[in-house]
Amino acid sequence: MRIGVLAFQGDVSEHLRAVDEVCGRGTAIPVRRAGKVPLCQGLILPGGESTSIGQLLESTGVGREIQDAAHSGIPIMATCAGLVLLSREIEGNFRVRQLGLMDILVSRNAFGPQRESFEADLDVVGFDRPYRAAFIRAPAITRCGQGVERLAECGRWVVAAREGNLLGLSFHPELTADMRFHELFLEMMGEVK
Amino acid sequence: MLRGCGSDLNTFRKDVSMELEELRYGTELLKRGFAKMQKGGVIMDVTNPEQAGIAEEAGAVAVMALHAVPADIRKMGGVARMADPKVIEEIIGVVTIPVMAKARIGHFVEAQIIEALGVDMVDESEVLTPADEFHIDKSRFTVPFVCGARNLGEALRRINEGAAMIRTKGEAGTGDVSQAVRHMKMIMGEIRRLKGMNDEELVRVAREIEADLDLVKECRAMERLPVVNFAAGGIATPADAALMMHLGADGVFVGSGIFKSDNPPAMAKAIVEAVHHYDDPAHLALVSKGLGAAMKGIEVSAIPEGEVLQSRGW
Repeated sequence: MRIGVLAFQGDVSEHLRAVDEVCGRGTAIPVRRAGKVPLCQGLILPGGESTSIGQLLESTGVGREIQDAAHSGIPIMATCAGLVLLSREIEGNFRVRQLGLMDILVSRNAFGPQRESFEADLDVVGFDRPYRAAFIRAPAITRCGQGVERLAECGRWVVAAREGNLLGLSFHPELTADMRFHELFLEMMGEVK
Repeated sequence: MLRGCGSDLNTFRKDVSMELEELRYGTELLKRGFAKMQKGGVIMDVTNPEQAGIAEEAGAVAVMALHAVPADIRKMGGVARMADPKVIEEIIGVVTIPVMAKARIGHFVEAQIIEALGVDMVDESEVLTPADEFHIDKSRFTVPFVCGARNLGEALRRINEGAAMIRTKGEAGTGDVSQAVRHMKMIMGEIRRLKGMNDEELVRVAREIEADLDLVKECRAMERLPVVNFAAGGIATPADAALMMHLGADGVFVGSGIFKSDNPPAMAKAIVEAVHHYDDPAHLALVSKGLGAAMKGIEVSAIPEGEVLQSRGW
């Protein structure tokens, strides 16, 4: 089994380590150029800066490959900037070139600048106890399409959602020790077979 | 967008607090986490909103707001201080990527002002004129800090004071990458040498380099600095940026190198591409073509000793 982690920019090594921890060493492979995505049974879009990652998705051709993989049913977990890139629409956007895959409207930096970044305990659909999440200049989902399941909310916003093979999170499961979102992602990969 | 609107943010905090038991701000996880989101990216010095827009358009992961780029600070002389809050605010207003700003070493009030403006990260910087022989107690702030270092001891002292990110010091404002190379090799070499040491030897090292023992142990276990480490100072071309990535930098700061070059938008974009494709010489050749002249620069050995910036901070 191979899980590709988009490795342009952001907290890539943290995602690689988290995947190897949950799925076994050697499962995670970094994706920096075209050609790797078709070899993967799952994909992760990490946190970073969505403007910067978006440009590289386009210039390297990896963005196109991810769109094809998503349409063929490959599970994708997207965190923070990854969520922004996964979305169909971004509020007030004119600089991010997103993939447009998940039927959601996203607000970038919805909670404000870094001093408003926070940790909070979330109630997550399907989890038996609260989940401590780290929000770092995080985006929020401000509108969900019909096929989108809301998994967690924070204040008036959705911060975790699933649409079929797509899992979008505002926060960073790769920075904390609680691996339940990675386990959920692994389950989603099991459903494909 | 809530950015920069104090009252809206307070409403949000109240809103969320009612529903969530415990919200925590400014934790070590959030500070170091912020720095991790910058990895593999280019942070560009800008002095006005137009430059900030060019930087974001080129794919910068953040901009550093300052009143003059280091090359001009060098030329102007006099006391270098934090940028005009009005300019910082204008820069925050035009970009969606993080905005950083420089405060003088030890000047915690400049840092407080920068934090109050809604800047995402404070750079306690030797490029400005130091205000104290002691550095800021960075653990008391909600926003994260980045600090310069030339060797492992200096880096770990800054981390012990609460720095969430390190940039190895080159000689800022010169366009001469040699000092950035020297200090990146120095830090990487010092960490490599820890690998074979036992605990007793680590105690000796910690004492010698005047660093916290637990942090020295952490470096040995992780085989790297415990926080994100960028290269800075003297990076002027795509090749310079790629060189620093080869030497183990997590990303690069580019100061005068972009807006002192002939064609800033092209140079900015090329350096972003170079950091991503640092191990692909053919691609580096492609992005380096036809950029016009890089900044003229000055050789570090030609700078009188009293005007060297990197030796500020200790």
